[in-house]
Amino acid sequence: MKQNPWYLAMLYVAAVVVSLFSIFPFVYAISTSLKTGSELFNPSLWPNNASVANYISLFTVAEQPFGRHLLNSIMVSTAVVVLSVFLGVTAAYALGRIHFKGKALLLITVLAVSMFPQVAVLAGMFEMVRALGLYNRAFGLVLPYMIFTLPFTVWVLTTFMKQLPKELEEAAIMDGCGPWRIIGEVFMPLLWPALVSTGLLAFIAAWNEFLFALTFVTDNDQRTVPVSISLISGASAFEIPWGKIMAASVVVTVPLIILVLVFQRKIVSGLTAGAVKG
Amino acid sequence: MQNKTRTAWTFLAPMIIVLLFVAAWPLGRTIWFSFTDANINDPTIAKFVGFDNYFGQYGLFFNPNNTDGFWASDWGAAIRNTLTFSLVSVTIETILGLGVAMLMNQEFKGRTIVRACVLIPWAIPTIVSAKIWGWMLHDQFGIINDMFMSIGLIDHKIAWTAESKYALWTVVAVDVWKTTPFMALLILAGLQTLPRDCYEAAKVDGVHPLRVFFKVTVPLIWPALMVAVIFRLLDALRIFDLIYVLTSNSSSTISMSGFVRREMIDNGYMGFGSAASTALFLIIAVSVLLYIKLGRVKMGED
Repeated sequence: MKQNPWYLAMLYVAAVVVSLFSIFPFVYAISTSLKTGSELFNPSLWPNNASVANYISLFTVAEQPFGRHLLNSIMVSTAVVVLSVFLGVTAAYALGRIHFKGKALLLITVLAVSMFPQVAVLAGMFEMVRALGLYNRAFGLVLPYMIFTLPFTVWVLTTFMKQLPKELEEAAIMDGCGPWRIIGEVFMPLLWPALVSTGLLAFIAAWNEFLFALTFVTDNDQRTVPVSISLISGASAFEIPWGKIMAASVVVTVPLIILVLVFQRKIVSGLTAGAVKG
Repeated sequence: MQNKTRTAWTFLAPMIIVLLFVAAWPLGRTIWFSFTDANINDPTIAKFVGFDNYFGQYGLFFNPNNTDGFWASDWGAAIRNTLTFSLVSVTIETILGLGVAMLMNQEFKGRTIVRACVLIPWAIPTIVSAKIWGWMLHDQFGIINDMFMSIGLIDHKIAWTAESKYALWTVVAVDVWKTTPFMALLILAGLQTLPRDCYEAAKVDGVHPLRVFFKVTVPLIWPALMVAVIFRLLDALRIFDLIYVLTSNSSSTISMSGFVRREMIDNGYMGFGSAASTALFLIIAVSVLLYIKLGRVKMGED
């Protein structure tokens, strides 16, 4: 270990700069969300008389039902996670544990889908969403969201599935277990760290999605939170309610930050399993 | 064995059906629409128009109405903006990400706190970070103008997101803030797999740390770096939400995705928009293939 004091000092300066730079905007958003009236136009970090008025107005103004939008987002993201993890686990079992012809090609195709730009399917998806009667319904977003959560989930779960010991599976087959019981009773308990990380990443992706949510839902009650935040407006076009927008931003972001910090290690391992194998 | 193959396809079937539904079919339909004059209000009455949306009088390319040249058209600007944004932001993010990863790879007290802080920009939804930065960069009341004025960096308040000569660079800066952590985490994962003995040998021989960095670290993490860069590049080339919210899709910053959505949904030209989205799809596919080829060539040289 180098114990050169200059080196250590530089290390700490760099660490402090990087940390402050990372957290400052969010701290400033919290500070703004507590300011009201003319205090908003004073760029100091500490509000003189902090108030939660912005948070209250977020949930009480009827024209922009933010609470409803939050519920929509929770519902859509949860459904996306359940569906993509279920489809991901079954597919990953076949891709990770069984040898068959065409496997490599299939994996490459799945990876290629995850590289699709979302707009490349926008027109066709729009037509399909309308034909299926899903247009203007929050829940209708679950299907289009599969295009970006499913390939990623399949890819990461396959990587994890491959690493599981062969002996366990063989023992289970000896005991007469079918594939469903092998997945459910033998692999699931071992896979749950991978399920937590992929599930969480799928949740975050669905929670943050903007393009499809903006395009396929125009009914004010059916929106999800990213679109809701982008549309928060004041009494006139020149009066942007920054305090309220920041309050909404904080409400939407705090649960994510808590999840990410609690599951830090799992997320990093999920991200790298998805990327390094590419 | 036959039996095993059947089990495999049974387990794969649901995933494949869903992907056919949400990827293959809509992609095929979009490409089909690009050869028609479909309108968003009623796509069923679309007429086949061949390559008109691409090369016709009002097409994307070789449009005779663009008397100022292709790059002056909105589509040309969208291509230029997207490519500039992608190349510049991914380059900066890779260099900064490498730096942050090297920092987090050192042993010092409080390393876990730095790691937690660095994860925060990544955890914030893009729309939220666009709004937060939009507020911080506000031309009259923003804290950035206030800070820069007080340290004398600028002498008048600047409309960072509205003035065309700053807007695209502002988008780049916000994207760098938001995605450098992602790069740093991927690179850090690569750094942590490096063998320690190389470094100890270099230290015993008294090799300069910079030389160690360029001769040992960079070649060893090159494959991990390449993968991280390709993921970021793909993401950057399809950018939409940050620009849509931060600069309101203004023509000085509009991206290819933003152009597609404007033409297809806002203006209703489903056929024309589809042609633009198909062109974007092809541009991304070609860039990926080129990148993989060039990346391999470089890896072979080392």
